[in-house]
Amino acid sequence: MTDVVLEVDHLTLRFGGVVALNDVNFQILKGEILGLIGPNGAGKTTCFNAMTGVYAPSDGDIRFNGQSVAGKQPHKITTMGIARTFQNIRLFPEMSALDNVMVGLDANHKTSVLGAIFRLARVKQTPENAADNPFLASVERVIGVSRHNHEERTGRTEAMRLLTFVGIADRARETARNLPYGYQRRLEIARALATDPQLLCLDEPAAGFNPAEKEGLMGLIRKIRDTGRTVLLIEHDMKLVMGVTDRIVVLEFGQKIAEGPPAEVARNPRVIAAYLGDPDAAA
Amino acid sequence: MNQIAAMTDKLRNRFADAPPWVRWIGVAAVLGFAVYLPLLDIPGLNVIRTDYGGSGSDWPSVLFLVLIYMIVAVGLNIVVGLAGLLDLGYVGFYALGAYSVALFGSPASPVTVWIAEKFGLETGWAVPFALCIPIAIMLTIVSGVILGAPTLRLRGDYLAIVTMGFGEIIRITARNAESVTGGAAGVINVPKPPGPEIDGRDFFNTVDAERWYWLVLAVLLLAIVVARRLEHSRVGRAWMAIREDEEAAVIMGVAAFKFKIWAFAMGAALGGVAGLLYASKYTFVTPQTFVLNLSFLFVAMVVIGGAGNIWGALLGAFLITYLPERFRAFEDWRPFAFGVALVVIMVLRPQGLLPSRKKALEYKARQIEAEGIKA
Repeated sequence: MTDVVLEVDHLTLRFGGVVALNDVNFQILKGEILGLIGPNGAGKTTCFNAMTGVYAPSDGDIRFNGQSVAGKQPHKITTMGIARTFQNIRLFPEMSALDNVMVGLDANHKTSVLGAIFRLARVKQTPENAADNPFLASVERVIGVSRHNHEERTGRTEAMRLLTFVGIADRARETARNLPYGYQRRLEIARALATDPQLLCLDEPAAGFNPAEKEGLMGLIRKIRDTGRTVLLIEHDMKLVMGVTDRIVVLEFGQKIAEGPPAEVARNPRVIAAYLGDPDAAA
Repeated sequence: MNQIAAMTDKLRNRFADAPPWVRWIGVAAVLGFAVYLPLLDIPGLNVIRTDYGGSGSDWPSVLFLVLIYMIVAVGLNIVVGLAGLLDLGYVGFYALGAYSVALFGSPASPVTVWIAEKFGLETGWAVPFALCIPIAIMLTIVSGVILGAPTLRLRGDYLAIVTMGFGEIIRITARNAESVTGGAAGVINVPKPPGPEIDGRDFFNTVDAERWYWLVLAVLLLAIVVARRLEHSRVGRAWMAIREDEEAAVIMGVAAFKFKIWAFAMGAALGGVAGLLYASKYTFVTPQTFVLNLSFLFVAMVVIGGAGNIWGALLGAFLITYLPERFRAFEDWRPFAFGVALVVIMVLRPQGLLPSRKKALEYKARQIEAEGIKA
């Protein structure tokens, strides 16, 4: 039996009288790419929001590696190892692409306010955190590198590596607002990856992409999985979902109506009815 | 106006791209000029003195006030410019700093009298000046946390109104709690920093304002170093992320509430230090000094200069303090001209006079976009 990374257990979410999610159950296995699909308003993004702590479940539970995340603060859930992107891009528009990624990396950094002012805590100098300035480097060889500088320098290298990984390193210094649309989508993925998540949740990452860009994105998602991360993908584009996922969960009106490998789900009559309308019901 | 702006932008870009030794010489030259400024009396250049022509305000004292407000602007820039929290009650922290040195450091204050009686100390006992500094910083930080903890759940306009209330509460409490704060009459004999006697006068006295100026210049430099270290660190990035999109920041692992409290606390500490130095020079504090208007001027300094950029905040503080003093000769027209000047600046350059370089690029890009749409 493969390890379960995330378990959604009888999850129910109510907003007043509206039941957004009703008794939803599914599991995400380690190392897989799971697709979460359904018509508009089916509750996919709501499900994401419950997982990442934006909403607390009305009923049921969500367990990440056996630990409940229900009602936990979002930033704590992030440090536990769940990261996400947003359906409508939500970068930090006036910060550079590099700094956007740095904010994600900071989730695992330790520098505090006093640490940033006084810079007393020291770590040993290594090739990764050595200063460029040779004079400073020789001083730091003796007294050590402050934790602030250690995190800034290694962070910058790591951020550039992530930007290269998603393929937008050429515009690292530009403010996020000025990046082209496709770059912004990829930057969101880089920022989420920076928090070093076990589980990466992508909320419609291909929205507004042309076929060539979608192709590139599929490659990127596979590449992310190959680095040992688990991916949960919300997507409308059937071709993309069918092409990249290992398994699919289908939601409709807040309920799970199907689950299984892409080919099987595509043949499921309830799924076809949900997407194309049920001819009998219509008659 | 636009040409001047383009020229300053060009100059700044060139300065940023210059080799390090050029920049160091530039910084040293500016610093040297700042140290020399209160003594400045070169014909031609001395027209910038506020007492040029004989009838204006005392030049070194005006410079002292400019620097005090610069410290305030650096502190408020953390709260408003970096973290994006509109604080309209910043004068409250400024007042707390002033009152803490007055109440603990002055032998005439009700607090020291009470402590002296309670513990059987000799009359005239007071906390030494050096010890008043950490007391003031501690008190303002604690008040920043106390104000922040319940109110930082609010956003935007709501936060602005609550903080405005805080500023007024501090002032009204100072006026009405007569048995603790001395009421409307305030506290006299606020202690001065120690120093050797020169010409039969204390080193820091009410006549030689340039010594105060140099003291505050040193404190301002320290404040700039602290603010810059915070800005270019994990903490500064967290503040900016919160300013840009708080919800997204939280999802990216930023402990937003904690960092917002820290922004308030750091801003409060700098405001408190400025208030402490102000009270110490003028040797007395009264509640009337800390009116709500001052809060608005503080915010105006940060916004006019270019929110988010330390140098912009410094420029804003300079203009808003210096210009009214320099043009004292215009009498009744002063507030009117000042108001018009503020409006003109904000209309012609909404991003502030010296926006952070990133933001400047931003506005330019948007302008090009807008022109593209028109065409």
